[in-house]
Amino acid sequence: MTASEEKDSQWIECVIRIREQADQAAFAALFRHFAPRVKAFLMKGGADEALAEECTQEVMATLWHKAHLFDPARASVATWVFTIARNRRIDALRRQRRPEPEDLPWGPEPEPDQAEIMGLQQDTERLGEALAQLPEKQRSLIERAYFGELSHSEIAAETGLPLGTIKSRIRLALDRLRHAMN
Amino acid sequence: MDKITHHLDDRLLMAYAAGTLPEGFNLVVATHISLCDECRARLGEFEAVGGQVLERGDTVALADTSLEQTLARISGDAPAGDDRNTMPQRSSVFPAPLRDYVGGDADAVHWRAVGGGVRQAILPTSNAATVRLLHIPAGAAVPDHGHRGTELTLVLQGAFRDEEDRFARGDIEIADEEVQHTPVAEAGEDCICLAATDAPLRFRALIPRLAQPFLRI
Repeated sequence: MTASEEKDSQWIECVIRIREQADQAAFAALFRHFAPRVKAFLMKGGADEALAEECTQEVMATLWHKAHLFDPARASVATWVFTIARNRRIDALRRQRRPEPEDLPWGPEPEPDQAEIMGLQQDTERLGEALAQLPEKQRSLIERAYFGELSHSEIAAETGLPLGTIKSRIRLALDRLRHAMN
Repeated sequence: MDKITHHLDDRLLMAYAAGTLPEGFNLVVATHISLCDECRARLGEFEAVGGQVLERGDTVALADTSLEQTLARISGDAPAGDDRNTMPQRSSVFPAPLRDYVGGDADAVHWRAVGGGVRQAILPTSNAATVRLLHIPAGAAVPDHGHRGTELTLVLQGAFRDEEDRFARGDIEIADEEVQHTPVAEAGEDCICLAATDAPLRFRALIPRLAQPFLRI
């Protein structure tokens, strides 16, 4: 098991301890790692510091309350935190509702399959490495697409790059990520 | 159900995962994913990219008492119930996200006639995009139109054909400025679609163009 896989299983353990024992120390560990990232994410999306601080606290509180819905066979803890932060950003900054897909008729398994969890952790690891190894120009566009409020045409206006170039760089980046996952 | 053959593209899935689409587009995407396991799995991949962008991204220090404030917030909040989206009702025409906007299934829609037997209902969303339900009688055509922006059309009942292809329940058509088409509902069953645009449609014929401001098409 690599260092970052080990870290991810440590985060999963924390979520389980919150869910089963309302463990504040486990929550504090998650908070120290994820809250500063969520705050940066919200500020890049246009929140001022006070709003980002408040929303980060709300995101982390949501994580506590929804710990029973987390399914380690379906998403890493980082992905789960990202979706909660994203939804908070849409709600607080864009003041829109966020329609979510209908849930599948089955929910999280009480005892998720360990092999599935391990497989997902390895995928997450590979994805993180592939993202780190993207050429700078491609990675920065992917990050802007997730962090920013900007559409492709707004990125084009801001960077002066032709829209076609932006689209093809993003496509190349996605191809590389897919290739790394197969 | 027929197999879904027309899916969301990477651009839409990534923007939905990133949370940067207008609300009207989000509704069409969420409704398609409710019907399409393949796009649901691809969405999971795009959300995982978001997770890694967050994991590897910058950090900003929290206020000194932030953790204590958050713990106080947690103990002050009411315990969260299981708020997963309403359990699927496989017999319904509309998946859960669309039922939330309509306030019920297909029989709850307040339709308005827009000519040619076609009826529509505009759903309330933010202004950045307009989203509507269209009810097209079996065999009838939707007025010939082009697009200034992007138009997403998701079939919920029946099927339609245009010059290019056939679209049945769950299929999504993604039309941009180059597309000038005349969708026609297939004979047999009335067609119900959910359609979103980020710019007004452009009708070729004179009368629909005059009617445009009144119909909000």
